[in-house]
Amino acid sequence: MTGLPVSTILLVTGFLLALIGLWGMLTHRNIMRIIICFTVFDTGLRLVMVATGYITAGTAPIIDRALTTAEAASRAIDPIPSALVVTAIVIGFAVTAVMLGFAIRLYAAKKTLSIDAFTESKW
Amino acid sequence: MMRHIVVALVVVLFGLIFARLIGSYVELSALRPLATQYVIEAPRDLGTPNIITGILITYRGFDTLGEVAVLFMVAASIGLLLKKDETKSTNAPTLAAKATGARRAAANTPAAKAAAARAASVAANRAASATPASAGTALAGAAASEADSAEAQAGEPSEIVRTGTDVLLPLIFTFGAYVIVNGHLSAGGGFQGGAIVASGAMLMLLARPGSRLNVALLSVIESFAGVLYVSLGIVGLIFAAGFLDPRFLPRGELGAFVSAGAIPLISALLGIKVGAELSVIIDRFRS
Repeated sequence: MTGLPVSTILLVTGFLLALIGLWGMLTHRNIMRIIICFTVFDTGLRLVMVATGYITAGTAPIIDRALTTAEAASRAIDPIPSALVVTAIVIGFAVTAVMLGFAIRLYAAKKTLSIDAFTESKW
Repeated sequence: MMRHIVVALVVVLFGLIFARLIGSYVELSALRPLATQYVIEAPRDLGTPNIITGILITYRGFDTLGEVAVLFMVAASIGLLLKKDETKSTNAPTLAAKATGARRAAANTPAAKAAAARAASVAANRAASATPASAGTALAGAAASEADSAEAQAGEPSEIVRTGTDVLLPLIFTFGAYVIVNGHLSAGGGFQGGAIVASGAMLMLLARPGSRLNVALLSVIESFAGVLYVSLGIVGLIFAAGFLDPRFLPRGELGAFVSAGAIPLISALLGIKVGAELSVIIDRFRS
């Protein structure tokens, strides 16, 4: 329609999401919002990773009736970024879970989630 | 204000980097050599139609083992992080009984909130039976009714959620198992199916807040899955080309349910392990 390749659109979307997340992470003062912005940042970068694996007019790298073994090499998308994104999602989940655990501990310590209350590690 | 300007500058600089990346990006028209190798080799050599599963479980199997180790460490560290919190929340009800005014302090967790509400309503009932029409009773009654509504909001799920859970839960678990065991044939695999199973566990905990997940049993299941996973890898080291090589079992016919060597086995173990781990993590956050 627009002549823009679909992977470029995905790239732009992913980078925009990453920028939104970065802006939110640096401006918000509430720890929960910072964590949410971190996940938005993460999601944007994952979109970018998936987008870089796209091949013009490619399809999912799963051999079935729609994609025979012979034409797989010419029609399948690059499976490596997709496999790496699974890793990225799992690690992102792990980081988010640990951050939430720390947020609970911080709230228990100061009864607030505002990052301004935690002055010990400020310089 | 100053901070926002600095942040805007940082974001704009990152935006410039990203813009340059997008500007010089050209959509691929053919696979890179390594990807070509994987796409051609995975169906022929491993017998798995889903090439991504082949990469995840065989070619990058060691990475996947590391990921599972990271998940295990997260479950352990979350338990460590939230452990002391639990002892604190058992103190909370006594605190709330002493002074209903201290509800803000006790309102840390939904459990503490419910406990505070219960204590408040008990106090109100006692006061109402002893001295009617005193200002204190009215206040306590108001506090109790407020707390009761809070309990109704936080503790008891609505009937729609409960009935919906009864209908959906078997479906979610079945779908999770389907995704896990079909990982070598179609989109899916251990991680995805495990996440679906854990979402079912999450729904169960939402619908029945009082129910306790059997964390000890889940931990045992998870440990056994991990041990079996590593032993399958060692079997591959002995009978096939290397660690986590699934070719010690017959390759079978491409696209058949029982095919692709040990990949479905490893995938199932991965799914069990991830599902149990995520369920334990969800349960830990519920304290």
